[in-house]
Amino acid sequence: MSTSTKAGPSNRGDQPILTVRGVTKSFPGVRALKGVDLTIWPGEVHALVGENGAGKSTLMKILAGAQRQDGGEICLDGKPVHFHTPHQARAAGIGIIYQELTIAANLTVAGNVFLGSEKRRLGFLTDTAGMVRETQQVLDRLGARFKAAQRAAHLSIAEQQQVEIARALFYKSRILVMDEPTTALSDRETDRLFEVVKQLRSEGMAIIYISHRMAEIYSMADRLSVFRDGEYVGELTRPEFSSERVIEMMVGRKLEDLYPEKTHAAGDVVLRVQNMSDKELVKNASFEIRAGEVLGLSGLVGAGRTELARLIFGADEKVSGEVHLNGKLVDIKHPIDAVMNGIGYVPEDRKHAGVFLQMSCRDNIAMNIFQRSAKAGIIDFKNINERSKAQARALRLRAASLWVRAGGLSGGNQQKLLLARWLEINPKVLMLDEPTRGVDIGAKAEIYSVIQQLASKGMAVLFISSELPEIIGVCERVIVMREGVITGEVGGDTGIEVTQQNIMKFATGA
Amino acid sequence: MAKPSSSQNTVSTVARKELMRSLIQVAGMLPVLIVICILFAFLTESFLTTNNLINVVRQASINIVLAAGMTFVILTGGIDLAVGSVLGMTAVLSLLFSLNPSLSWAAIPFALLSGALVGVMTGCIVHFFGLPPFIVTLGTYTALRGAAYLFAGGTTLINNDLSFAWIGNSYLGPMPWLVVIALAVILISAFILHRTVLGVHIYAVGGNPLAARLTGIPVATVLIFVYGVSGFLAGLGGVMTSSRLYSAQGRLGEGYELDAIAAVILGGTSFSGGVGTVFGTLIGALIVAVLNNGLTLMNVSFYWQLVIKGAVIILAVLLDKLRTRGQGA
Repeated sequence: MSTSTKAGPSNRGDQPILTVRGVTKSFPGVRALKGVDLTIWPGEVHALVGENGAGKSTLMKILAGAQRQDGGEICLDGKPVHFHTPHQARAAGIGIIYQELTIAANLTVAGNVFLGSEKRRLGFLTDTAGMVRETQQVLDRLGARFKAAQRAAHLSIAEQQQVEIARALFYKSRILVMDEPTTALSDRETDRLFEVVKQLRSEGMAIIYISHRMAEIYSMADRLSVFRDGEYVGELTRPEFSSERVIEMMVGRKLEDLYPEKTHAAGDVVLRVQNMSDKELVKNASFEIRAGEVLGLSGLVGAGRTELARLIFGADEKVSGEVHLNGKLVDIKHPIDAVMNGIGYVPEDRKHAGVFLQMSCRDNIAMNIFQRSAKAGIIDFKNINERSKAQARALRLRAASLWVRAGGLSGGNQQKLLLARWLEINPKVLMLDEPTRGVDIGAKAEIYSVIQQLASKGMAVLFISSELPEIIGVCERVIVMREGVITGEVGGDTGIEVTQQNIMKFATGA
Repeated sequence: MAKPSSSQNTVSTVARKELMRSLIQVAGMLPVLIVICILFAFLTESFLTTNNLINVVRQASINIVLAAGMTFVILTGGIDLAVGSVLGMTAVLSLLFSLNPSLSWAAIPFALLSGALVGVMTGCIVHFFGLPPFIVTLGTYTALRGAAYLFAGGTTLINNDLSFAWIGNSYLGPMPWLVVIALAVILISAFILHRTVLGVHIYAVGGNPLAARLTGIPVATVLIFVYGVSGFLAGLGGVMTSSRLYSAQGRLGEGYELDAIAAVILGGTSFSGGVGTVFGTLIGALIVAVLNNGLTLMNVSFYWQLVIKGAVIILAVLLDKLRTRGQGA
């Protein structure tokens, strides 16, 4: 039970704007919500935390009118409400910004804001000028650096998000739900977003903030509610925040140390990259990874980390550069060449570029070994089944069976499928691009420990991450990129300690 | 875990649900086919006779062959509008060859190869130049129809002494060769799709082309193969048609591509790729054929047959959508 003491900011009202009581929701085979509660006050940032599959997204979809609850009550301003369509929820003042943004790139910013309720003149002509004018006013209020008449296609993710916020403001939303809003933002963009959130809060809006990033929650939220396995665990007010306590509530047990012990790699150089450049961003990148080493690749969003990895993997065309494996020059023009040479790549965009969502877990794990274990092109299913089963067990994949579709798994388990796929061919080099993005904290710890195990078997691992704490926790040596150039190296034999400050110095050039 | 038995239970329920889902997917439109058959069995006297049923499958055979090829293409998220034109062109070519005594031995191989070649070229253009398959095959659809008329010289070619007439007119035991060929095509296609590496790769490319490339799947091979197969099978359809008719002309196969697409879609294959089976396609093709046959037996006019066929296609797919709704989440 929450106490009646007002721990939130001073402008918090005396009646909750939103109360959720005992809401349940079942899908075939899953009870997603087993009677959850939530109380939101005006003028507060209320964080919603919990592992993937805890029920946060389901509750948000119910609030948005995209799905209907089986039981329980939702009250706005103390009055019970039932949303049958997203439109009703929006009209009642609930605005939602999904993780995957819903911007129509071919329209202008104003066109996006007014999408579905365009201003009209004479009943049928769209009032473009009026829409642009009104949108511009909202954009100015948000401090946006782009114009209402501009096409949305050229906006960055952060700017697209601002368009969505503008849209929510336009519908006079009083509750704004943000689902993992910072995953694709750089640090600077994140700061900018937080300023906007604070401004909205001071105007009395209630913000429900869903995130996996604890640091953000601690710096932003007034209160937080914890969900676990479809149940409401409890809420904490700001003075009660502590990472130990939150993690304990989230996982229901004490978490062992998140990061495994680092090992110092003394093996031979496995991967040597020399003077790698592409047409646009990456310039003369050179580095090497030794056997058994987890090399971190850090830098701000847009620094060229993903681009560099894709060049090495042959996914994009390079202008210059050489890749040496175990001292031998290899010619990689296509991902097929990379795979043949024993280089694996787990892409950043798991859903669009990694997992085959409609295929079974078995097929996802075995995708790289069908060819290798086949005789005359005919698959040896017995062998494939045994191998994928063993691999799934080794990585502690949590799926009802190997035959379920990968699309139904949580982010962490989908990532394990990708790891399993590459482990099956036992690559010499494995490049992991943001392997823990959108992954819950339990699965994160497991992924870190898998990475460490691989390294201890002599694999050379390139670990790309935007989250400094994890790169510092996992890597003994880190190279840093800025604007397409490798600007520095910390750890290893450099004598520079692996700290946030030292990495940021190279990353920002400050 | 506090309650291991209950969590065990949910796991097995989920697994059972998943099994049901895949069964439904494989069974697909079978219930619809059965209902339509029962309906015609009551409404007409002659529908449910062995002779008529064999006749239905024989009428369906050429569409089954084309639709099997179309299934490969649609599984990769593509489309092949040219199969009707390829059928027309290869039918004419096979008859031309058969009329020349020194070349008549090459009639069938040449028809099959030229069909396959058209497909391979389509696959190359789609993959290496990144053109939408709809546009590439709209081009070949038009051009090859012209070619068919040109090869036929604007007339109907007739060969009453056709060396491969047995294909269209003889029987293997009680079964017409046309039916035997169509069923063999379905079985071989199913084997390729479900038992071979190439098959898995076809589903992978259709389900997630980006991931397929980054996994090191030979996307080029897959695309060239599926369009090649579609062209090859259209060539086979051409041979089957000309052998049945002892003749060929430029307009043979007009509109066949749409019947083939209808069969694939009725069979539950997703238009966006990655999901579907060739057995579903077989059932889809049979639904179209049973409708044609049953309505003709009932003396329904050809115009009404078209209206009813179109409505059934939409209704059946709608039904499928409603039935599988909620299982996508």
